[in-house]
Amino acid sequence: MAIIYIDNKPYEVKEGKNLLEACLTLGFNLPYFCWHPAMGSVGACRQCAVKLFKDDNDHTGRLAMSCMESIRDNLHLSIDDPVAKAFRSQVIEWLMTNHPHDCAVCDEGGSCHLQDMTVMTGHTYRRFHYKKRTYTNQYLGPFINHEMNRCIQCYRCVRFYKDYAGGKDLDVFSAHDHVYFGRAKDGILENEFSGNLAEVCPTGVFTDKTLKEHYTRKWDMTMAPSICQHCSLGCNIIAGERYGELRQITSRFNSEVNGYFICDRGRFGYEFVNSINRIQQPVIRARFPEAVNKPELFVHLKNILSGEIIGIGSPRASLESNYALRKLVGKSNFYQGVAKKQVKLMETVLQIINSGHVHIPSIKESEQADVVLILGEDLTNSAPRLALAVRQAVVKTAMDEAKNINLPSWHDSALREYIQEENGELLSLYPVNTKLDEIASHTQYLNPDEIARLGYAIANLLNPEYPAVKNLDDGVAEYAKVLAGILKNAIRPLIISGTGLGNESIIKAAANIAFALKTDSQRASLIYVVPECNSIGLAMMQAGSYQDVLNAGKIHQPETLIILENDLERSWGPSEASSFISSFKNVIVIDHLHHASSQKATVLIPCGTFAEADGTMVNNEGRAQRFFQVFMPANENIRESWRWLDEFKQIKDGRTIEELSEPENENLLGELITEMPQFKGAEMAAPPGDFRIKGQKIPREPHRYSGRTAMLANLNVSEPKPPEDPDTPLSFTMEGYRGIPPSPLIPFFWSPGWNSVQSINKYQVEVGGPLHGGDPGIRLFTGIESSERLILNDVPEAFHANENEWLIIPLPHIFGSEELSIYSSGVKERSPQPYIAIARQDADRLNIREDDVLQLKLNDRVFNLKAKIKEELAKGIAGIPFNIPALYGLNLPAKGILIKEKDE
Amino acid sequence: MERPLTQNISSQRLPLNLKDYIAAGGYRSVHTTLKTLSPQDVSKTVQDSDLKGRGGAGFNTGMKWSFVPMNIPGQVKYLVANADEMEPGTFKDRLLLEGDPHQLIEGMIVSAFAIQANISYIFLRWAYKKAARIIRRAIDEAYEAGYLGKNILGTGFNLEMHLHTGAGRYMCGEETALLNALEGKRATPRAKPPFPQISGLFGKPTIVNNVETLCNIPHIINYGPDWFKSLSKGEDSGTKLYGLSGHVNKPGIWELPMGTSIRELIEEHAGGMKTGYKFKGVLPGGASTDFLVEEHLDVKMDFKSVAAAGSRLGTGTMVVLDDRTCPVGFIHNLEHFFAQESCGWCTPCREGLPWTEKILLSIENGQGSKEDLDLLQMHTEFLGPGNTFCALAPGAMEPLQSGLKYFREDFEKHIELKICPWR
Amino acid sequence: MLSEDEIKEIDHEIALVPRRNAACIEALKIVQNNRGWISDESLIEIAAYMNMSAEELDSVATFYNLIFRKPVGRNIILVCDSISCYVMGYEKIYDRLRNTLNIQFGETTSDGRFTLLPNPCLGTCDCAPALMINNNLYRNLTIEKLDEILEDYK
Ligand SMILES: Cc1cc2nc3c(=O)[nH]c(=O)nc-3n(C[C@H](O)[C@H](O)[C@H](O)COP(=O)(O)O)c2cc1C
Ligand code: SF4
Ligand code: FES
Repeated sequence: MAIIYIDNKPYEVKEGKNLLEACLTLGFNLPYFCWHPAMGSVGACRQCAVKLFKDDNDHTGRLAMSCMESIRDNLHLSIDDPVAKAFRSQVIEWLMTNHPHDCAVCDEGGSCHLQDMTVMTGHTYRRFHYKKRTYTNQYLGPFINHEMNRCIQCYRCVRFYKDYAGGKDLDVFSAHDHVYFGRAKDGILENEFSGNLAEVCPTGVFTDKTLKEHYTRKWDMTMAPSICQHCSLGCNIIAGERYGELRQITSRFNSEVNGYFICDRGRFGYEFVNSINRIQQPVIRARFPEAVNKPELFVHLKNILSGEIIGIGSPRASLESNYALRKLVGKSNFYQGVAKKQVKLMETVLQIINSGHVHIPSIKESEQADVVLILGEDLTNSAPRLALAVRQAVVKTAMDEAKNINLPSWHDSALREYIQEENGELLSLYPVNTKLDEIASHTQYLNPDEIARLGYAIANLLNPEYPAVKNLDDGVAEYAKVLAGILKNAIRPLIISGTGLGNESIIKAAANIAFALKTDSQRASLIYVVPECNSIGLAMMQAGSYQDVLNAGKIHQPETLIILENDLERSWGPSEASSFISSFKNVIVIDHLHHASSQKATVLIPCGTFAEADGTMVNNEGRAQRFFQVFMPANENIRESWRWLDEFKQIKDGRTIEELSEPENENLLGELITEMPQFKGAEMAAPPGDFRIKGQKIPREPHRYSGRTAMLANLNVSEPKPPEDPDTPLSFTMEGYRGIPPSPLIPFFWSPGWNSVQSINKYQVEVGGPLHGGDPGIRLFTGIESSERLILNDVPEAFHANENEWLIIPLPHIFGSEELSIYSSGVKERSPQPYIAIARQDADRLNIREDDVLQLKLNDRVFNLKAKIKEELAKGIAGIPFNIPALYGLNLPAKGILIKEKDE
Repeated sequence: MERPLTQNISSQRLPLNLKDYIAAGGYRSVHTTLKTLSPQDVSKTVQDSDLKGRGGAGFNTGMKWSFVPMNIPGQVKYLVANADEMEPGTFKDRLLLEGDPHQLIEGMIVSAFAIQANISYIFLRWAYKKAARIIRRAIDEAYEAGYLGKNILGTGFNLEMHLHTGAGRYMCGEETALLNALEGKRATPRAKPPFPQISGLFGKPTIVNNVETLCNIPHIINYGPDWFKSLSKGEDSGTKLYGLSGHVNKPGIWELPMGTSIRELIEEHAGGMKTGYKFKGVLPGGASTDFLVEEHLDVKMDFKSVAAAGSRLGTGTMVVLDDRTCPVGFIHNLEHFFAQESCGWCTPCREGLPWTEKILLSIENGQGSKEDLDLLQMHTEFLGPGNTFCALAPGAMEPLQSGLKYFREDFEKHIELKICPWR
Repeated sequence: MLSEDEIKEIDHEIALVPRRNAACIEALKIVQNNRGWISDESLIEIAAYMNMSAEELDSVATFYNLIFRKPVGRNIILVCDSISCYVMGYEKIYDRLRNTLNIQFGETTSDGRFTLLPNPCLGTCDCAPALMINNNLYRNLTIEKLDEILEDYK
């Protein structure tokens, strides 16, 4: 700690930071542009100027950029100095010489960092009366809009896109007052994190194009803290609504999970909520009319629910909903809504992370790793935000070297100049090229079993207690030595693996490596990527796969099946799933979107999406996180699944509709924990429903929310009563507590004078650090580090390619492989056409050229796919895009037959 | 020997080739240095000579070298000769580059030895086509004769030397921007600290020196610090290349004792003002130095004395402003240059310079107002050293601030008359 | 496609620097020397060869004023417009060029013979005004001299 004097008052501040960070942490309103807490300082904008004094006798001082000054004990500075103030206001005037006066029609208006800083510095009247410079804008694809005239040249966009996210197709062009930020030509921004530009850019140059389709000012949105539904990492998001439509997703800062950034699937994949494919009404099929109201429905259900019921849960439904189903059907009749293979994989993952043998890192901790080994995951496509973290880890390791020359960690450009293009160690094993390969120090393209074998061999080299691998290829054995050597020298090695290739041995081999690495001096950690946002939560309930139902040995098969938020055809394949479903007389499907399985329902129940529901999910690190309802659904029949299911239970128990009591998710969560203590702690993921601050709820709407009385006046002139929210401490209005709420309850970031997302500074204990009161989420795996060793052993045999049969592996795609996000038109546009990736060797043998159409026979289904020839792929292996609409429900990996269509 | 730097240079013939250069005593300092001196000896001698950088900033060269980390085994280090010379009004390095290439190479070998750098670059501006041909040939000769390459003169010292020609842009002369240019990047400057001596070219310790600075090194090694000091008749040691352009009778460039007065330069060496032209002011060291006027004619042209007079020695090449040239137009021309050459990295320079340029043009065209003078004044204050990222913008403000001081009446007349009185 | 000669020259430059893309400015100059300017196609070819994206290379290319990203004439006239030449009357030279060639700064004659560009100080201030055509420097210019000089460039 150091003492610094700001305008003659002493303050205790942390060393190792820069002065701007210190001032902001202390709560001073010091303007800035080019600095970003996650990206450090470059000193370009000159906005953060303060007066610095040599000592307390120096009364003249000099202007200095606070972002470029290290904290030193006994430093004297002034923020209020008239010259410093005049200079800061002058910087704004300079920026404004070319900035258009289009705030009224600018998407950034009202959440604009430049607006905030302009007001903050006091610049009002312009003295520049010459022509402004103008630019032409570019088409940047479906996600991001470009409006270059608004640019203030802070260089944040290129620094984020290129330096932070590894993008190649956005840069700065030209020089002097003509610098231009964009692509070489119009075209889609390729990087998977492009959406963050909308938050990183302090003005309206880069904005969310999907928001433009139904534009609403920040202050006019109803917002709630939420959790991304589109992969297993559980990034924290803010979801905003107006007029019953979900309009925008932004990153919700959580220093442990996503920090400031989320991926484009998470940001732009929300449109399923607004889809015309939504299930709107309860339906009893083959009745007239099919759509029914609640009383009719409950009369009908009374009979169906009376007997034994089979319940199929879902990895994309909340803990509460899954539990409500389990409660309804009974423990022994509750099954996971995933295929058997998947259940097995998840059991293994859980066994390993539950063992407490190794630390499970958060994303932030992953960034601190000095060596990263990835076994069998294409992170950019399966867990994108983690791929971004791996990038930081790799750069940071290289930057560690800069300690030798006393470069502070915030001095971004100097660090990058010092390390040049050096990277730390990233070791990547996957069957085909992945995007992270470009920064990897070691990459091997191996078939899945070989990845496992190599992994086992590495563990064995690190510690001979772990099983050896027989008949290891010389080359592979040599390679194992190299990787083991690198891992051995690491201080904070991180092993990343997952269920992506559907190969259990890989998962186990990864664990063995992490276990074998754990020594006194090393802090090894291990993280698995799993399929869905609540895969871990569901797996923790320890139910069987629904495929087990058939073998459950029931004397009488129950007549009724309930499928919760799940398209079984997607996870199991159309024919098996439909024959399974049709073996039941009554099939109740609860979901928010129509899909193949919902077509087969005899009773269809509409439920709310994440945006219309409260619930808890568990991410891949075992962090229980709560998401909150953003808005009231389109009609009163769209309700959380758990709400329906709890009432079904009451009906089943003999209550009449009049006797039903209002379900409470807190009670459900409480019961869940009593029954399954492994979930202990999940109840603390957010304050309870009756939590109040000074007797007040936390408003979901900013206090400038406009039009409440008028917005529906075309339909009804009397102002509707705002919806009540008995379940949570949040209100659906603009009234309530205005200060900073507990971190899990932050519906939006705002602070007086700070309308833009930069207001996050005010919510953090220290700028860039954790939120006040700790980051949201409770880790359920406490990581009691047991001393006993777990040794896994199922080394697979070496893979032998078969002349006529291929091992078809799933290749994930950030855009396309996920069920819900594909409803967004931009995501759909960016998703791949069906293809089959085959090895060069196989292509040559069969005389196949790129784009030839191949027939793939798999699971009794036949697909015609264009060939993509991959040099790096091992022979006998072929890959197809995972779970894209044309290729869903294939239960990969699986054996398949490839036939080349006859040449014309 | 009064003119060590230009002793071999004659406009009547081609520059000396290696053989003739050696015959004239060349490469002697390389033999002495590599065979008899330690790197520390060389640094110390240079430091003692009080040689100040001739690139403009005037920092003690030996001192600058002393920040380079020594004795780290395997440490790659670089030496770079800054031959970007693009400061308007400056043409001194061209003379050395075109006139005596081996002198520069010799100086670089000794300097590289002093910091134990094994790779060196000459960063030459694009427009110096003739110099490029001459230097390239000289480097080849030096390689052939074993003055460059591996195991120079059997001493075990290695030095590679490459000529890199620029692609335009004044910024390339700023030493850290130059490093970025050499790395194939945009020539935007780097933050200091870390200084190039610690993290420079390709992240490695690097020294960037001006051509004239480096050309002094062989002579300092040959004749010693005291001799070098004795060459001067001013506050700083050595000789200096002084140049003069504008409406004088004999514009040109001369090597003279450091501290030669402005009057002597104009009246004796440049033959006085052309008939019909009166002296009004002078930029003493290139476009980014403050004007000096009549009252300063006896100022000695060395770093200290020029600074005391309120300007900078800069490159020592002077541009004379005469009474028939409009000072507003003159300054507008300078600011146009600086605005064009701003790299676009920091706000005050990128946005402020074009604004001053526009104001100056409107004053020049008779459309200026009194407030415009305040705005110009504001810029000269706020674009000062430390407020912008590098020294380009502060340099740009020097002629403007001194112009506003010395020629204020001329500015006011433009505004009053709504026309340029010189038109 | 980069020609064999171009590749050879570029490879030579790559050998002088520790990292391939550090030679990209040299590569741009080599190709510009051959083809007169850097077209989008040339840019993409060079970028691919240097292991860079088109954006990364164009970011560098557009920074430097002597890398031409637009077509230029057979001969490039660089008129020094800096201070000494200003004092010594470069504007008269420019006026003459404008009138004889019928183009402004930044333009190319319709027959593709000349492109006219302003250029900061050519470093020959004692012989102002000055200009360069291609690789040749002309100093102490007068209108008469200028007319003769232009004749040499067909
Ligand atoms: C905008 C700008 C342009 C410069 N141009 C040159 C130049 O062309 N040649 C030069 O030697 N120094 C130039 N300098 C100074 C260099 O940054 C650096 O100080 C010099 O090369 C150091 O050499 P010295 O110590 O030998 O003087 C320039 C500085 C600035 C700020
Ligand atoms: S002062 Fe700023 S914009 Fe100007 S050249 Fe230096 S860094 Fe670039
Ligand atoms: S925030 Fe400090 S210079 Fe930009």
